Order: sequence, then C-alpha cells, then structure tokens
Amino acid sequence: MIRATILVSGDPHSLSRGAEEVKLAIEAELSFYGLENEIEVGFGGGVTRVDLSPSVSIYPEGVIYGPVKPADGAFIVEEHLYKGRVVEHLLAPSDGLVSGHLAALPAGKEGKRYAEKRVLLRRVGVIDPYSIEDYVAHDGYFALGQALTTMTPAEVLNVVRESGLQGRGGAGFPTGLKWSFVASRPETTRYVVCNADESEPGTFKDRMILEGDPHAVLEGMALAGYAVGAHEGWIYIRGEYVLSKERLEQAIHQAEELGVLGDDIMGSGFSFHIHVHAGAGAYVCGEETALLESMEGKRGTPRIRPPYPTVYGYHGLPTVVNNVETLANVPPIVLNGAAWYRTLGTKRSPGTKLYSVMGDVNVTGLIEVPMGITLREVVDIYAGGMKEGKTFKCAQTGGASGSIIPAALLDVPMDFASMAEQGAALGSGALLICGDDTDVVDLAYILVRFFKSESCGKCVPCRVGTAQMLEALDRLRQGYARSADLARLEQIANYAREASFCGLGQAAPVPILSGLRFFREEFEARLKV
Amino acid sequence: MPESVTVEHIIEKYGGDREALVEILRDVSQAAGYVTPEDLATIAQRLGLPQSQVHSVASFYSLISLKPMGKHVIRFCQDAPCHVAGGREIWEALEQTLSIPFGATTADGQWTLLTTSCIGACSVGPVMMVDDEVYGNLTPGRVREILAQVGGGV
Repeated sequence: MIRATILVSGDPHSLSRGAEEVKLAIEAELSFYGLENEIEVGFGGGVTRVDLSPSVSIYPEGVIYGPVKPADGAFIVEEHLYKGRVVEHLLAPSDGLVSGHLAALPAGKEGKRYAEKRVLLRRVGVIDPYSIEDYVAHDGYFALGQALTTMTPAEVLNVVRESGLQGRGGAGFPTGLKWSFVASRPETTRYVVCNADESEPGTFKDRMILEGDPHAVLEGMALAGYAVGAHEGWIYIRGEYVLSKERLEQAIHQAEELGVLGDDIMGSGFSFHIHVHAGAGAYVCGEETALLESMEGKRGTPRIRPPYPTVYGYHGLPTVVNNVETLANVPPIVLNGAAWYRTLGTKRSPGTKLYSVMGDVNVTGLIEVPMGITLREVVDIYAGGMKEGKTFKCAQTGGASGSIIPAALLDVPMDFASMAEQGAALGSGALLICGDDTDVVDLAYILVRFFKSESCGKCVPCRVGTAQMLEALDRLRQGYARSADLARLEQIANYAREASFCGLGQAAPVPILSGLRFFREEFEARLKV
Repeated sequence: MPESVTVEHIIEKYGGDREALVEILRDVSQAAGYVTPEDLATIAQRLGLPQSQVHSVASFYSLISLKPMGKHVIRFCQDAPCHVAGGREIWEALEQTLSIPFGATTADGQWTLLTTSCIGACSVGPVMMVDDEVYGNLTPGRVREILAQVGGGV
C-alpha cells in the first residue's frame, strides 16, 4: 500500500543541479526507515525556476520543497515522512509556485515579488508527468470530454476564435482564424501538427510543458482535431529532446488505453490518433513548411508560401500547424470560455505568456505572466533585479530571430502588437538580459554565426548573405573594418532581410539591424580610422 | 551484431516507409556512430530512392553523421545565452583538455568535439551534451571532472 509519493524535479536544470543525488539520498533514507514499500519516489517535471531547483514535491499533501540538497532530502524523509512534520525552512517560497498546499499569492504588493499567473504551468512540477491519473485529477481531459459531449466542432472553433488566442511560436497569428481556414477546406482528410521543434536559442518553454505536463499538449491537439475535422495528429519533436519524446510516447500510450485518444473517444464517435516524429537536428525545421518537408522524409528546406499549410500541408492536405504553447492554451480556453480568457493579458493579446529568462539577472528560469507586462517588470520583479554590480544595457528578445532592444524600450507592454510597433519582436519568449559590460558587436557576431550554421542553403540571400555578414562582423570585431565596410554590412543585412526565402534568412540580419539602430556608436567605435 | 543486420532491422522497424528516411538515417547513425556509404546504398535500395537523395538528406541534419565518431560525442552549445554566461572559457577548456579543435575526433577514437545549437537548458548555461546527457553550469574545472568521469580518465 503506497501512502505517499515523492517527486524529485527531473528537468535538465534540476539534473545539472544535483537532482539525481537528491533522489538517491531520499531512497537511501527511506530504506533506512523501512519506508520503501509505502512511499514511492520518482522524477517529475521541474518547478521551472532555477533558483528553486531541484525541488521535491510530496503527495498527497502537495508540499513543495526547494531548492533541495542531498542532505536536505534525507532530512525531509526523516522529518516529513517518518515523523510527520513539514520542514518549514526548506519549503519553496510560495510566490511563483502553485499547488494544493502553496496557493498563489495575490498579485501586486509594492516591493514584493508578484505571483505569477499560472495557466499553462499550473500542473508543471505539481503532477507526475508519467501518470495520466494525476493529469485527470487536475482537470485533465475535462475540456475534451466537455467538447465531445456538449459542443459541436464549430462551437469549439468559435470559443478559440473569440478567445483571441494568438500563435505562441513567435508570429502571433490568430489561432482560431488558422483553424477556420482548415475547417473550411473541401478536402476531408486534414491533419493537426504540433510544432515541438523548439530550437530558438534561449527558449525552453515548450520543453517544460512537454516534460512536465505532456497530456496537456495531447488534449489540445485532440481539441484542434475535433474543431477542424482532423483524425490524425503528429508531434514533430526536436531530435535532441530525448526525454520529452519518451514522456510524450508514454502519455499517448496511456491516453489510448484510457480511451481519451484513439478510436471513438469517450464513446463520442470521434477518433483521433497522435504520432510522434522526431527531428534530426536542424533549426530551420521549426519553420512550418520545412517541418512538413522533414516529416515527409526530405531535407528540411522551406516551401514557397502561399499556399500555406492550411491549404497545402502534410501530404499536400490541409494542415493546422501549432506551437506546443499554443495548443496547451486550448484546453483551459474550452473549459473556462473565451470571456474568462480575455480577462488575462491585454485587449490585443489575451492570455498569458511563457518567458524563458536568462542572463545577468538574479533569478533565471521560466515564468508565466499575463501578456502585456513590461520588460522592466520582468527584470525587476520576476527576475529579482540585475545581478550585483550590473546595470541593464539591452535584452535579446525572442531568441536569435528576435531583436536587441535597449533600455529605452523597458516600459513597452510586451504583447505581439505593441512590440511590433516598436520594431521589436516578442518572438518565442526568450529574454536574454544583458548587463552594461555586454559587447553588442560580439553579441551580433554570435547571433549571425548561429544563422550561418543553420542556413539550409536553399536561397542565395541567406546562404551567401549570412557568410558575408559574419565575415564583415568579424573584421569589425578584430578592428580591421573601415566605414565603407560598415555601410556594406548594413546593405547586405537589408538585402537578406528583404530577399530571403523564409523567416530564417529574414531574421538573420535582425541582430545587426537592431544593433545598428540602437547601438550604432558601438559599431562605429570599432572602425579602423 | 554485423552492421548490415542493424540497418535492415532499423528499416524494418519503420516498415520500409520512405517518409521515415530521416528517422532511419538518424537511428542508424546513433546505433553505429555514423552512416557508411554501404548503409546509404542499402537504405536507398530498400526504400527505392536514388542514392543521391539519401545522401542529400543524410548530409542535411546535424544528428546524422557521415564520418566515424568518437566513442563519446560532446555537443557544446555555442549560442548567445551560453556565450553570455561564459561559454568562451568552456570552449577553450574543451579544446585544451582534449587537445583537438572543434569538429575533430581524438586520435584514440574516444571523443568527438562538436558544437550544437541551443539545447534548451539556457538558464543553467554554459551547457553541453555528452552523448545523451545534459550538463549545465559548466566551469573549466567541472568540464575536466565530467570528461574524467565519463571517459574514465582523459
């Protein structure tokens, strides 16, 4: 008889901070007290905040400890599980964490860190990702059940459209509109593809969902399938995400056994099957048409658009391609309604957004906050301020394909439209915060080097352009460039921006262009006179 | 187990499906360390594809290797977040410890040193993968420790 379950966070962040040793220490202590047959131990998702990792969650109480060292793990077993007392001094602070025991704090006290608004992450780090029972116990598959028994496909599509949900892969395209394109196609075979090829440098939000709450993605896909009339779905996952793939496959297997995926789901007559397709290492495959090419067993080079995948997708049939985070938004929207969703975020961009925060700040990790909060709020409040001795110089938002933004934009509300109005991109939600000692020319060099190595080679502006831009930046970095070289660099960057075939080539010059726009003097200071 | 059996077995696992070409190549590369010209020919023949196409796909993806790899493969992240967190020092430590440049394999065939794009563990950067394991918060000292641990002494 199992009376308690211990979950040690098993995400890469936690593992690199000693989660394995913590688990071993807990197991050793359990057997010391002869508790190994009544208490089970396993790896769960991460709590997403690195400073609280590794974490240890104990159920059924729902108590979360973090950060936990191996010796703490042994102490927790002795105190909490053997003697029955909560170890107060090791409890994870309740701000930023949600569970049965540690409820979210109300937002907004001056000088205090705000509580996050956790919609997508509410189960991550709280449930056992290997347990479908845990997922179901936390409202899992309720939205799907509700949709299949009480709503028509058109009604599901409508709720998503009215919610104002925008694609979280970076472009912010209205999800409901995308779905309606597919739903209105004459072809009756349609597909849903989940883009889990998360490779934007600095982005690890999808990984946290996939590893911490894999069923949420499956449920979102099934709802998308129901809404658009698709019966098959694929998850295209990065080849490097070994653990995510394993957890997804396990989750699909469990969902089929339980009858919430597969044929005749919950006796509704609706069938939906999900397959996992692993990539083999190519950043460009995150571009949706390159992704489809790769799924068909080809080189991952982008297709010409239009036609868009909604018309000509996988196997040339209408296909919804949505990002992991987008799909994870769907079950709560269907369950709670569009009006509820619109209470979160801004009028133009409802909902919450996941940000992966890193760089010269005190607290790094993944946060979930309403759309429209400012970069200043992220830095000062959620990230605990700049590291000692550093002042904010710039942020690289949205990964490599985002932009370098200066302190002047710290107070712009972060949503898709407001950022675009400033010539900046929200992108994937990566926020690399850079202190005053950051060399912007060097940063641009690193970013362009990334694009050069990831260029698929299909079109000249990207293939040759990235090589030329990199060479010019290197000359500038080494102090050999003259002002004509800088003018030439800017010209090539503009060509690549205008003429590249796909988003990769169009994004490659952005670090240079945004760097020049906001920090031109630093580029000029490197010129040879 | 002879290599040809492995390749046949992998093709069989995917039912000889042409669409699984990328996955077949990746699995072969992972199982044998790299894909040999003979493997390319076998795969092309079994899937009914031109060899040129199979080669073209194989050369496109970074997780598919056409060259022999070391027993352990190090993939070091060279992207901006890890760079800002002190990646250059780690880069140098790896090259110095193994006495090879990036892209090369040690003479004893133990280690191959590669760069990779982001592996999604940025908040504990700098980060590297050794085979399937992710290691974060790297320092030059820790790199040497990890190499000693994984390789049983360098």
